[in-house]
Amino acid sequence: MHFEYTILDNDFANAGAASSSIKKILKQLNIDAKKIKRVVIAVYEAEVNAIAHANGGTIYVDIDDKGIEVTIKDSGPGIADLDLAMQVGYSTASQKVREMGFGAGMGLPNIKNNVDLLDIKTEVGVGTQIKMVVNF
Amino acid sequence: MAITYFYHALKIDRKRCIGCSHCMKNCPTEAIRVRDGVATIYENRCIDCGECYKVCPSGAIYVAQDDFERIYDFKRRVILVPSVFLGQFAEDVKASLVYTILLKIGFTDIFEVEAAAPVYSSAKTFYGNIHKANKPLISTFCPAVVRLIQVKFPSLVDNLIAIKAPVDFTAMYARKSLMDSGVKEEDIGIFYITPCAAKIAAVKTPVGENKSLVNGVINMDFLFNKVSKELKQRDKSMPVRVAANDVTSDGLMLSLTNGEKRMALCKKSYAIDEIRNVSEFLEKVENDEIEGVDFLELRACDQGCPGGILTCGNRFIIRERIMQRARKLSERERNGEVEKQKEISKEKDFLLERMNVGRILPRSMMVLDENISVALQKLGKIREIESRLPQTDCCVCGAPTCHALAEDIAMDKAQLSDCVFIQRNLEARKSMTTENAIEAMQKIWGKDKLKDYIYKK
Repeated sequence: MHFEYTILDNDFANAGAASSSIKKILKQLNIDAKKIKRVVIAVYEAEVNAIAHANGGTIYVDIDDKGIEVTIKDSGPGIADLDLAMQVGYSTASQKVREMGFGAGMGLPNIKNNVDLLDIKTEVGVGTQIKMVVNF
Repeated sequence: MAITYFYHALKIDRKRCIGCSHCMKNCPTEAIRVRDGVATIYENRCIDCGECYKVCPSGAIYVAQDDFERIYDFKRRVILVPSVFLGQFAEDVKASLVYTILLKIGFTDIFEVEAAAPVYSSAKTFYGNIHKANKPLISTFCPAVVRLIQVKFPSLVDNLIAIKAPVDFTAMYARKSLMDSGVKEEDIGIFYITPCAAKIAAVKTPVGENKSLVNGVINMDFLFNKVSKELKQRDKSMPVRVAANDVTSDGLMLSLTNGEKRMALCKKSYAIDEIRNVSEFLEKVENDEIEGVDFLELRACDQGCPGGILTCGNRFIIRERIMQRARKLSERERNGEVEKQKEISKEKDFLLERMNVGRILPRSMMVLDENISVALQKLGKIREIESRLPQTDCCVCGAPTCHALAEDIAMDKAQLSDCVFIQRNLEARKSMTTENAIEAMQKIWGKDKLKDYIYKK
């Protein structure tokens, strides 16, 4: 089953809309509550990333009886040093974003900790595509 | 999927129900459908919050209660009085007078529910120290909230503070006090005056417990009427019983919104009332969007228990009366006019040893099927059906929303032709006769609603 969500630029107020919707679907599918939580946390972080760093983006969700695959695509600035970005506490977030309570440098590490597979394709000036999988 | 039925205190009087759909539109768990002209409840979704009762224009929704005469099955008839009951009466009616009348109408012993407030608070602190990992810890004070979490937010059941409610502590204390003074256990009957339906359901099928500590429940409006009548007809020279003075000023306010928050020993907590507010907040908690919170006091009714459906009078006035009593008591406490050490504190250890209840289990109403593949198929079907529905949420199909109808169809509980828009389409395509369409409507709304209105004199 396939779903898509659009993330708007600078729309912090709606951060969590996609992860909430995905959560509801997974609840209906009788997925283990702990697994749902992992998916929700990972997608939420990715949503915030797309809002804070890129100019929004699109979330593609595919679910079958084996697991869930979520791909977040943006055409933002790209990540210059991926290894650095994966480190806890490292953030390029602007002061404005930090004042809103985001940008603690936990995003990507938090996603990694909660998914079974993480694949990041990024190119400076072109955009970033994050694919994550959680197996049921 | 296994279907388990739970006791519900909220019932529908099929004769009085006019099939108007108010309750269905207001149910926070979409537990109501109209069938055959009357509202029916999906038992597994109902959380006994009483929103339907509040909006019913014909008084068709009622709260089943135990027969009052049942109190006479016992030699010692204990009444557990919550402070919200005293808040029903005007300021000039003293607690001692209400207690005197309760004794006159048949009870032999009075215990104040909120006497257990300090023990209840200690129990929560103990529980919190052991279960630090499950933050935010969520109060189980309001049984409708516990049920809401079980059916709609099953991933949060482990955040619930699995301890007894204040009324259970008071019931244990009452029973022990009487037994210590030589009364036989079988002679003791403990009755509780409830402000809402959820507390009745909690007593009949306690969550995480095998057996209730309370023998019966009496609806607050019923007892208010009984006491009010005696108040009017009483002999003014009647000697008045002195109040037990077992509640602190903090305790008096326990059932009000903020009542627990103000007594909670933690850094960050929220007190939220009204069922939709609670749902909205729990959604955020479930998403981990709310960080660093230790404790949540959540109540299904606006203003907490004064907003219960069985209270008599305006919830703001009831709240203010309770606050007024608490302020006066607090002043007497400061002046050293009342004993600080309450009788119940002698039994603190006894009560705390018995504070735990079993694990509170999730019982999700959301699950489409226990098998993922089947559930996925159903989910696909729901999406497909929903895309054909008008999204007007008009309720004419007997379901609260188009989405709910789509779910019902996928679960074989309704048909696509229940939708009036689809019906007109089918009629236009000559694949449904007008007679069949009327028949379909009659199945939902009963025969009476499709009488010949137009040609009626």
